[in-house]
Amino acid sequence: MMRVSFTVNGRTYEVAAQPMKRLLDVLREDLALTGVKEGCGEGECGACTAIMDGLLVLTCLVPICQVEGKHITTIEGLAASGHLHKVQQAFLEKGGSQCGICTPGMILSAAYYLDHPDETRDIREALAGNQCRCTGYTKIFESIKAASS
Amino acid sequence: MSFEVVTPHSLDEALDALASGENLVPLAGATDLMVCLEAGTLGPCSFLNLQELPQLRPTLSMNGSLTLGALTTYRDVRVSPIREQFPMLAWAAREVGALAIQSRGTWAGNIANASPAADGVPALMAHDAEIDLSSKKERRRVPLAKFYRGYKEMDRRPDEIITAIHLPLPQPGWAGYYRKVGTRRFQAISKTLLAGRILLDADRKVGDIRMVFASVAPYTLRAAQTEAMLRGRHLTPEVIEEAARAIQDEIHPIDDIRSTETYRRRVTSNLVRDFLSGQHPNGPL
Amino acid sequence: MTFQTIGKSLRRKEGILKVTGQSVYADDIRLENCLYGKTIRSTVPHGHIKEIHFKDGIPWDEFTIVLPSDIPGRNAVTLIDAQQPFLAEREIRHVAEPVALIAHPDKHLVEKARHHIQVDVEDLPAVLTMEEALERNNIFKSYLVQNGDPSEKWREADVIVEETYRTGAQEHLYIEPQAMIAKAVTGESVTVWGSMQCPYYVQKALAPLFGLSPENVRIVQTETGGGFGGKEEYPNMIAGHAALLSWKSGGLPVKMIYDRREDMWATTKRHPSKIRIKAGFKRDGTLLALDIDLVLDGGAYPTLSAVVLSRATLHVWGPYRCASTRVLGRVVMTNSVPYGAFRGFGAPQAIYAIEMHMNRAALELGIDPAEIRRRNFLRQGDRMPTGQVIKEEIDLEMMMDRALELSGYHQKRADFEEFNSQGKTQRKGIGLSVFFHGSGFTGSGEVRLASELSMALTAQGGVEIFAANVEYGQGTNTVLTQIAAEACSIDPELVRIHQPDTSAVPNSGPTVASRTTMIVGKLVERAALELRKRLKDPADFENAARQYMAEHGELRITVQYETSNDVYWDDEAYRGDAYAGYAWSCNVAEVEVDAVEYMARATNFVSVVECGRVINPVLAAGQIEGGIAQGIGFALYENVVLEQGAMKNNQYTNYIVPTSADTPDIHVEFIEFPHSNPGPYQAKGIGEMPIDGPAPALGSAVAHALGGRFINELPLLPERIMHALESS
Repeated sequence: MMRVSFTVNGRTYEVAAQPMKRLLDVLREDLALTGVKEGCGEGECGACTAIMDGLLVLTCLVPICQVEGKHITTIEGLAASGHLHKVQQAFLEKGGSQCGICTPGMILSAAYYLDHPDETRDIREALAGNQCRCTGYTKIFESIKAASS
Repeated sequence: MSFEVVTPHSLDEALDALASGENLVPLAGATDLMVCLEAGTLGPCSFLNLQELPQLRPTLSMNGSLTLGALTTYRDVRVSPIREQFPMLAWAAREVGALAIQSRGTWAGNIANASPAADGVPALMAHDAEIDLSSKKERRRVPLAKFYRGYKEMDRRPDEIITAIHLPLPQPGWAGYYRKVGTRRFQAISKTLLAGRILLDADRKVGDIRMVFASVAPYTLRAAQTEAMLRGRHLTPEVIEEAARAIQDEIHPIDDIRSTETYRRRVTSNLVRDFLSGQHPNGPL
Repeated sequence: MTFQTIGKSLRRKEGILKVTGQSVYADDIRLENCLYGKTIRSTVPHGHIKEIHFKDGIPWDEFTIVLPSDIPGRNAVTLIDAQQPFLAEREIRHVAEPVALIAHPDKHLVEKARHHIQVDVEDLPAVLTMEEALERNNIFKSYLVQNGDPSEKWREADVIVEETYRTGAQEHLYIEPQAMIAKAVTGESVTVWGSMQCPYYVQKALAPLFGLSPENVRIVQTETGGGFGGKEEYPNMIAGHAALLSWKSGGLPVKMIYDRREDMWATTKRHPSKIRIKAGFKRDGTLLALDIDLVLDGGAYPTLSAVVLSRATLHVWGPYRCASTRVLGRVVMTNSVPYGAFRGFGAPQAIYAIEMHMNRAALELGIDPAEIRRRNFLRQGDRMPTGQVIKEEIDLEMMMDRALELSGYHQKRADFEEFNSQGKTQRKGIGLSVFFHGSGFTGSGEVRLASELSMALTAQGGVEIFAANVEYGQGTNTVLTQIAAEACSIDPELVRIHQPDTSAVPNSGPTVASRTTMIVGKLVERAALELRKRLKDPADFENAARQYMAEHGELRITVQYETSNDVYWDDEAYRGDAYAGYAWSCNVAEVEVDAVEYMARATNFVSVVECGRVINPVLAAGQIEGGIAQGIGFALYENVVLEQGAMKNNQYTNYIVPTSADTPDIHVEFIEFPHSNPGPYQAKGIGEMPIDGPAPALGSAVAHALGGRFINELPLLPERIMHALESS
């Protein structure tokens, strides 16, 4: 067991865990932040996406021993003091969410894309790591376009 | 099974730990190892967490040659100015998984994981990369083209870790080509892949050439024989066809869950033709 | 006609929870003292169980273990029949068949223990192909539809086109895996919470398993992360397993969440198909005769195969007039993991075949694919081969022409042919499909379901809907809210939907078969109108409701499904009105085939849809776009590799679904034929239809790109395209 200290959504936590425990499980089980989801357990579906030290990561692939001192943002931290983030608002208005299971990861990736539009060639590349089985992506693209205007 | 982790804070500490004889698996971005852990395919082992080693910090320094610190990620390259001189590294990085993998996965990890389908290794190998392998005993430099010997067999002792990757600055006149053939546009394991570089003079004579393939051999394959066949030749359609045939003797693709030997052979020859006939599949950076 | 809420894109009712990550899916529920359950499964396709060994190295006395002998009631899953056991007792009929169950509080130890159990099986020969199953006459069900006699028509035909089409299995890949939580009071009752489409199916399956009467089996649906049919009947099995473990443990809560590999390996998939079509045409393209032999692989147990076959059979002749049609549909038994419900439910396979065939015939006749359809489209007053008269004022030509116009079909067809002649490494193609999908259960299915729905006044002056139909992304909550709000004439904010919980809601039927809007929505409308009537048709419903409750207390009413008098189906003869309403659609798909990689990708997609009144345009378009994406996957990417009848590539990384980068721009337009259907505000079902049309449109587009070379098998993998090019 080891003790790891890190912040999530602006709040500092200290957690005792096996060093190779997945950040996904620490968030869900130890911190009761269930917005990150396990869709595949192998870093393919993107449902476990969070932001760590400003970058997109797959929490099912991050061992807790590498999280010491890191700053993490999950979907629960996106809305600032009661106001929805513009991407959340847009998803509501434009139908970007259907069953909702991919939505937390998708919204974080979309928010990242709006803040870093030049890191990928286009929006399709930016979201290629977040699978959605419900929407066919059309309303997700429309939501992000609406949020960017 | 609980896996222990050792987290050294200096390279000496890390190399001491590796020299101790314990079965320590170096852990960098963890994007490959965590999948194995979850699948239950790792036997009992402990991990050496490299993330706290300042000497391996992602650095991309140009000093007559490009040196990538061992913790350099794919994203580090995609956002670095060095991509102007090494566009193929950015093209390759773009093909790895998706953004959330690129922010964590390391080039050194890609080399050490030794998958025959590695996306980063072919680009490095096409640039004549050399790697530093460090142990308590010594630091030695090995050409990446000579690093692999068989499926997951490499010239790395258990007490060594990769500490840096060096790429000579490309001479003017070289053109690059990187094409990954996957099951879909992103988030795909390659069925075949060509990382090619060519130096052509005004008469279309091949001054020099590199052709590195993934997924058509037990390890990343530098097609030395086909390269040799092409050096000094003029690139006519007949010579291109000769190369597309010659590559068949160097590759050893198989049928597997993703594709067939026949497909891999056919498409690999197509990639050779595509590359040598001057196609540029990669677009802007 | 102007409406208050119908036709408006109200925000998704549970949307705020979803975009803030607050929705609670089964695995998000934290339980004190819970056990984690796992299923021990067979690794051979056919055999007799000799013994189960619990090997050393695991503290088995700490485990809860369930074997068939522990089952208190009947070891059979009640669905259409009751042939599939919850746990195989002696005979194993497919790889991954459940044999035993284990549970323990330590989820990692359970996973470890799974590998310390050995099931000794005496192997028996396995039947793994449809051909072998037919030879042995292992047929679960067959249907014959005959209208006229095609065999008399062949000599009149100028051209006869005969071809066989094959489709493989398709995996749902809902991003939330199968998940159940169960808590029993041993000897008395069982409660299950979980990811599902049909709470009452689960209740019906679990009551006899425990020898309980249904009121003592309470099933509650939790927020469900995708279903697509994969959570129609399979939940019966996993719920039964979780409940058995809880029962055996003396009443501890049991969580059973499949990991992705197990989910892909062991659960249901779309029925593979082999469809042979022989069609006779006059030179001008008039369709004279159709003879179709349709075979589906049902896997090892019947599950829903009879109904999948039925729907496939009833959709395979396409939207065309044909006086001489014969369809023989058969579903066979093989020792494969049982196939089950998947969006479309037999129609995607059938429509793939007939629409590919029409495009192929067009080529052979030298007629444009749009023209051959124009000559043969069904019109109002025409009959389907079952005898059903098309009562709606349909205009398929207008619908097709709109799709052709939106897509620029004719110009692109010519442009692509010109482009392809230039010898570049890309080839472009454009293809077309026209199709229908029947809403609701086939034939007398809805009569048999006899769905009931309740509605009650709330203290706020609104209404609460009590229905068993679930939300899993398609928009149930929002659409039913809009219908209730419109019918009551109240603000949608005043409509509540009770969580689907068998102890609190009546059985309004399963959430399947594109029936929720048309059938259940109609019940909502009728219930709302009944409440209005009881309140004496008030101008201000809100006040009237509050006043009523102050004076009389609660008001809750229940309505039941009523079939309309002019819909008649004969089960025995398999003739009559198969569906109360049909939705219609035309798809135009564009592809690019790359000659270096032999890879086909969809580059543009147009869909014109007729589904009666669109209740919520954003949600409806979302359904079409999502179904099209799954159809693109079915056509171009999704390959279930079978080994011994089970999925070999059971890893997310090795089952290829389209990502955002593989999905083209999708343009959806709704049209409305003049109304005559029994849905609320003349709305029809649309959930499944969008997945029916993409495969033949894409398959034909690829054929166009390849200069008329048709590949008659799905998915159109690069390896198959390469093979087709090489052998031509």
